[in-house]
Parts: sequence; structure tokens; C-alpha cells
Amino acid sequence: MFLVVEWQFIVEKLVLIVAVVMISLVIAMYETYMERKVAAFLQDRRGPSRAGPFGILQPVADGLKLFMKEEIIPNNSNKFLFILGPCLAMMTAMMTSAVIPWGGTIDFFGYPVSLQVADINIGILFIFGVVSMGVYGIMIGGWASNNKFSLIAALRGASQVISYELPMGLALIALLMVTGSLKMSVIVGQQADSWYNVLYQPLGFMIFFVCALAECNRTPFDLPEAENELNFGYHQEYSSMKLGFYLFAEYINMFISSVVMSTLFFGGYDIPFINDVNLGHSIGANWLAVLQAMSLFFKTVSFIFLFMWIRWTIPRFRYDQLMNLGWKTLIPLSLINMLITAVVVLWLKK
Amino acid sequence: MNATQILFWFLSGLTLFSAIMVVISKNPVHSVLWLIVTFFAISGHYILLNAQFIGIVNLIVYAGAIMVLFLFVIMLMNLNAHSEPQKHKWLKLAGILAGGCLMLVLVAALKTADQNKMIAQTQEGNIGLIENLGKALFTEYVVPFEISSVLFLSAMVGAVVIGKKGD
Repeated sequence: MFLVVEWQFIVEKLVLIVAVVMISLVIAMYETYMERKVAAFLQDRRGPSRAGPFGILQPVADGLKLFMKEEIIPNNSNKFLFILGPCLAMMTAMMTSAVIPWGGTIDFFGYPVSLQVADINIGILFIFGVVSMGVYGIMIGGWASNNKFSLIAALRGASQVISYELPMGLALIALLMVTGSLKMSVIVGQQADSWYNVLYQPLGFMIFFVCALAECNRTPFDLPEAENELNFGYHQEYSSMKLGFYLFAEYINMFISSVVMSTLFFGGYDIPFINDVNLGHSIGANWLAVLQAMSLFFKTVSFIFLFMWIRWTIPRFRYDQLMNLGWKTLIPLSLINMLITAVVVLWLKK
Repeated sequence: MNATQILFWFLSGLTLFSAIMVVISKNPVHSVLWLIVTFFAISGHYILLNAQFIGIVNLIVYAGAIMVLFLFVIMLMNLNAHSEPQKHKWLKLAGILAGGCLMLVLVAALKTADQNKMIAQTQEGNIGLIENLGKALFTEYVVPFEISSVLFLSAMVGAVVIGKKGD
């Protein structure tokens, strides 16, 4: 009996992990399409329109092209690390999805399945830890290429990520003071029962959002890929699918950070006023879970659109501007935010 | 052997192997990467002891921040196997002797200590959970905690002073 339960558990989690990974990959694929369409929309063009209706087969064609290209490993590179770099970038991008609650519990023929791979009690810290690992893919790849431009880009990327991790962490601490728990499921549950956290932490959300842009290396913070200064950036020597992995990891990071922001600040899979209409009773838990997942998906896509909107609107920062913004604006702001939150939380509890 | 034991032996082996690789790698960048693997393995041990908070903080602070800075400096200095200075033979011998003495002292000290009769409580202890750790730090150990934060502050101020010297 013990063994049977164990196997059920393993199979359940395995199916969930594979599903989450596949969905992230497909979404990242279509993010590339969306990016080009959004860019076209903002610049009054048509964007990709040849492959399939409305060009929706464009990402497949792009992926196929990357696979078909010749694989080049530079002679003077460190071969093992050169290959390890894109693998690490991809792996750290995928790992964050493990602690995100994608929906409520579904009832699978009498066997309750929670739509979350691991509900660990250090959920937020896990995400933060994996994000801080993300920089190794860039650094190792940039260094192993044995190219000055790649190395400079990698160092830029590393210093940028380290600098923006601090305000991000401080913004998270303020959020944790409000929620009182590190568990992702508890944070979502609290928001479903009362207001969304963005109303309690507007400044914290703004700081988190700016830091998320910087951590994903998105414009205006895409200094590691500043092609007019660095030729191409840390992945200059890469070709074929290894380059594809780097580009893909960026899109997965964007997807995951959008999910994290929706989960932490915008109620996650919660649908507003769902408790009042008592939808779970009328349509059953399974359909409710599907609707909840759709709700999270909608919030996420809105954030992804915002990311793209910003990319095609705002030009890139200069390096000193980037550092000034991080260290002299965001960190003091997040410290003040933390202090105010702490005082208010203490005052309300008294 | 149950799953916990298998994990323990695997993690112990990984820790020791990667720690040795840190020392014997010719390339400093490889050393740093092995050190990161070591931190991961040690965090695994923390999680086996049910100290998830300490485990993840170990990863965030050491593997995520300090090691990135290490890697940063080493990459900028462009050290590699060729530019590593060859140490004198006697110096190496002295190092081996000193290290051996340290190990002897450690083994002798731990051999009769009470600690080795205590078996690590896997999955049972709860001091490493964030709530208990916070309570212990801010009630029982609040004075040493605050003193160490003053120490960190002074280190930060010192770093800024050294960095400003050039201007």
C-alpha cells in the first residue's frame, strides 16, 4: 500500500513537471512570435505573415532554422564550459516554475491533484535563489567563448544582475511582512480572500517590476546585449541551437517573471469575486481549476505585453545610468518602503 | 538503505569530491565552479536536516552572490593554468605538513567529543525553519546578532573608504 501511494505521487509529479516544462517551452516559442507582432504593431508594420495564417508558424520555422545551422565551437574556447553555459541558462530558467501554483486542486477520478509541483515552505526564497543562479549561464558562456566582447558583456550582465537583486530582495521582504508567509499557495490564498498585494505594496511592486526587467536583461536594461557597443553580446561566439538556447532562456525568464509577478502581487490564479458567486459549486472543481489557470495565463500575458511594450518604446540606458538607478534610487526607495511597511504592520497589529 | 540514506551518501561523496576538485584544479575558474558545486551539496545536507531556510540562504548568499563576485574578479584578472606561479618544493611540503597537522588536531578533538554520539536528526529537527530560526535569533541571541550586523556595517564602510581613496 505504501509503495502504491509512493508511485502515484511520483507519477503525478512527473506528469506535472513535464506539462509545466512543455507549456513554458511552447509559450516561450510563441513569445518570439508575439514580440515580433507587438513590435510590428507599435511601429505600424505587419510583422511575420508568410508562414501559416497570420504567420503563426513563424516560431516553428525559426526553431527549425536554428536546428539546421552549422554548430561551431571556437578553437580557443573552453569546450566543456562553452557547452555548459547555454545548458545552465536554460536549466535555471526552467527551474523557477517548480514552486508556482498554476491553479487550484483538480479531482482526477477521485484522486486530488494539486496544480503545483512543490509547495515548499520557502517558495519565494527558492525563486530568488534560482534567479541568482541565472547569471552563471551568461558568465560561463561569455568567459568560455574566449572573446573580449563576450567577456565584457558577461561581466556587465553579472554586475547588473547582482545590483538589481538587492532592491528586488528588499521589495520582497516588504511583501513578506504583509503576507507573513513564504509559501506561494498561502500568498495566493490570502489574496483570494482579501485584496491583491499590489494594493498594499504599490511601491514594492514598481521596484520589483523594474528589477524583473533588469534581471531578464530586457530593454531598457539589455546592456549585456548592447550590439552597438559589444557587437552582439555574451552569445557572440554561439551558433545553431546553443544560441537558440540563450535566446530561448531569455523568453522563458520573461514568462516566469511575469508569472511570479502575477502570483505575488496580482492574486495568482485567483479570479476576482470568485468567492462571492460560489462558482466552484455550480460548475465543479475541475472546471474552476481550468478557469483559474486561464486567469493566471491572462495576467501573465498582460505582463509579457507590458515587457514588450517597454522594449519597443524606451531606448537603452547608459551603463552609469543603470548603476545609478540601481544603487542610488531603487535601493533607498526599497529601504524606505520596507521601513514604512514594517511600521504600518506593527501599528495595525497593536 | 532508504532514500534519505542514499541521498546522504550521494551528497557526502559529492561534497568531498567537489571540495577536492576545488583544490587540485589547475584553472582558477574551474576551482570556483567546483566550489559552487560544493555549496550546492552542502545545501542539500541542510535540507536533509530539515533546515530549508538555512539551505536556501546558503545558496542565495554564497553560491548566488559571493561566488559570482569571485568569478568576476578571476575572470577580470584572466588567470589561467599557464600564469599560475610555480611554488617552491619546500613550500608545498610545508603546506602539506600544516594541513596534516590541522587534520590530526580535528580528528583528535572530535574523536572523544560528545557530538559523535549524537546522530543527526534527519527530517525531525526544526530549528532551521524560518520561524524558529527567527525567534531564536531575535530573542535568545539578539545581542550577538546585532553585534555581527555592526561588524558587517563597519566592513561595508571600510570597503567604501578604500574604494573612494583614488578620487
